[in-house]
Amino acid sequence: MLVIDNLTAEIDGKTILKGLTLTVNAGEVHAIMGPNGAGKSTLSYVLAGRAGYEVTGGSVTFRGEDLLAKAPHERAAAGLFLGLQYPVEIPGVSNLLFLRTALNAQRTLRGEAEASGAEFMKLAKAAAEKLGLPFDMMKRAVNQGFSGGEKKRNEMVQMHILQPFMAVLDETDSGLDIDALRVVSDGINGMRGPDRATLLITHYQRLLDYVVPDHIHVLMDGRIVHSGGAELAHKLEAEGYSAIAA
Amino acid sequence: MSALPTRKDEAWRYSDLAAVARHWPVAVEPVVVPAGETHADIVRATDEGIRHLAISIGAGGAYRMTILDSGRAYGRIALDVTLHDGADFQLGAILIGHGAQTIELVTTVRHVGPNSSSRQIVRAVAGGTATTSYLGQVAVAREGQKTDASQSFKAILLNRGATANAKPELEIFADDVKCAHGAAIGEIDNNALFYMTSRGVPPAQARALLTRAFLSDALEGLDEATTETLDAEITALLETAA
Ligand SMILES: Nc1ncnc2c1ncn2[C@@H]1O[C@H](COP(=O)(O)OP(=O)(O)OP(=O)(O)O)[C@@H](O)[C@H]1O
Ligand SMILES: [Mg+2]
Repeated sequence: MLVIDNLTAEIDGKTILKGLTLTVNAGEVHAIMGPNGAGKSTLSYVLAGRAGYEVTGGSVTFRGEDLLAKAPHERAAAGLFLGLQYPVEIPGVSNLLFLRTALNAQRTLRGEAEASGAEFMKLAKAAAEKLGLPFDMMKRAVNQGFSGGEKKRNEMVQMHILQPFMAVLDETDSGLDIDALRVVSDGINGMRGPDRATLLITHYQRLLDYVVPDHIHVLMDGRIVHSGGAELAHKLEAEGYSAIAA
Repeated sequence: MSALPTRKDEAWRYSDLAAVARHWPVAVEPVVVPAGETHADIVRATDEGIRHLAISIGAGGAYRMTILDSGRAYGRIALDVTLHDGADFQLGAILIGHGAQTIELVTTVRHVGPNSSSRQIVRAVAGGTATTSYLGQVAVAREGQKTDASQSFKAILLNRGATANAKPELEIFADDVKCAHGAAIGEIDNNALFYMTSRGVPPAQARALLTRAFLSDALEGLDEATTETLDAEITALLETAA
């Protein structure tokens, strides 16, 4: 699904990713953990193609294609979804308009027929209900005035409507109350399947108790320094990152 | 209004004076809203030139004006508004400048009676080397107690070569009044742009959507059908501007 090979990237002339290698196969859930400033969000931005993040070496292959050669909207249409650590507010653009525009833009780019108004509303209603986001919030401007937890739920609603092959979820669990964590975890688990994959970026073992990953990686100073199974989360929780790195 | 204006005239400082000369002198068009009546107009300014409207709103009258200004090399709209006792004036103006256009909106709102109110919302987008300007003067006479006046100007520049000018001017002779004004000139929010493209929206479409959302402040309070019509016109204008 996703093959990252010896990736190096910089921002404002500062090298953040320093030879990162990681393979995620279809059907798998991987988790990345690591200290603040290690480069986790940078990795997610580089994968999504955010302007300002310059790839200086290595390669990323997504479903057999060169991901880095594509523009951000083409990456989305190819089936990559980034759940942001800090979802953006867009005044004046309703959630529904935003999502319908996004869904249909993706479909057009893939050569598929656009969703009709009725078809889209059905998808939106089902996704909002599943993620426990009141439908009224779908009519409001994107993330404007949403609480931290509501913004994260909204990211998951978007994921469910867009149905990506691969989701990179950057701290989707941060800022969620206990019930919301459950709902969001169910939402992530609901997307699991033989054709899909998920990359969870998290600081907390709690999420990984609900969404049990196949592999956990430790990212420190721009590299994957250690990998293991689901049990690694508990070990990290008990011993901290420095013990692992040593 | 007989002598050709010069750069020294405050109200003309951002103008294209060569173009002004071609359209001089300007005939003043009167607009009268009788006392107690409510009127609304949409002004679509697409022809080259200058329009000068003298608007008088009688006691207790209300006037809502929506301006869509674009599509010409030089365009200037001047509004001279007089508000009597308890009259209300609402302006929502959208200025879209592209190429080498100069688009100007100059308003003078005179609160001559007590308890009158005015609200001006002006949104501008400028691309290419276009210049969009809003000069808004609010004058409150001694008799204009309890005046409530506001003006808000925001502009988005799509290119480095584009310009937006804002010049609010308050002249207040009454002591019990509320006057608010704000001006902001910026660019399209890059975070929002990234967010949209990361969800699959092509950048040009994302920009258009963000710009339209920004401009829509000026349409606030209009009925749904009117808003939809204007939205479609704005979308078309933005496509030409892109
Ligand atoms: N514009 C920038 N210029 C220089 N350095 C930057 C810039 N943006 C981010 N960085 C640095 O890049 C490093 C990696 O940041 P990143 O956001 O990827 O960390 P992270 O692993 O996601 O951390 P956290 O767990 O706190 O979310 C940090 O040291 C950060 O200060
Ligand atoms: Mg981060």
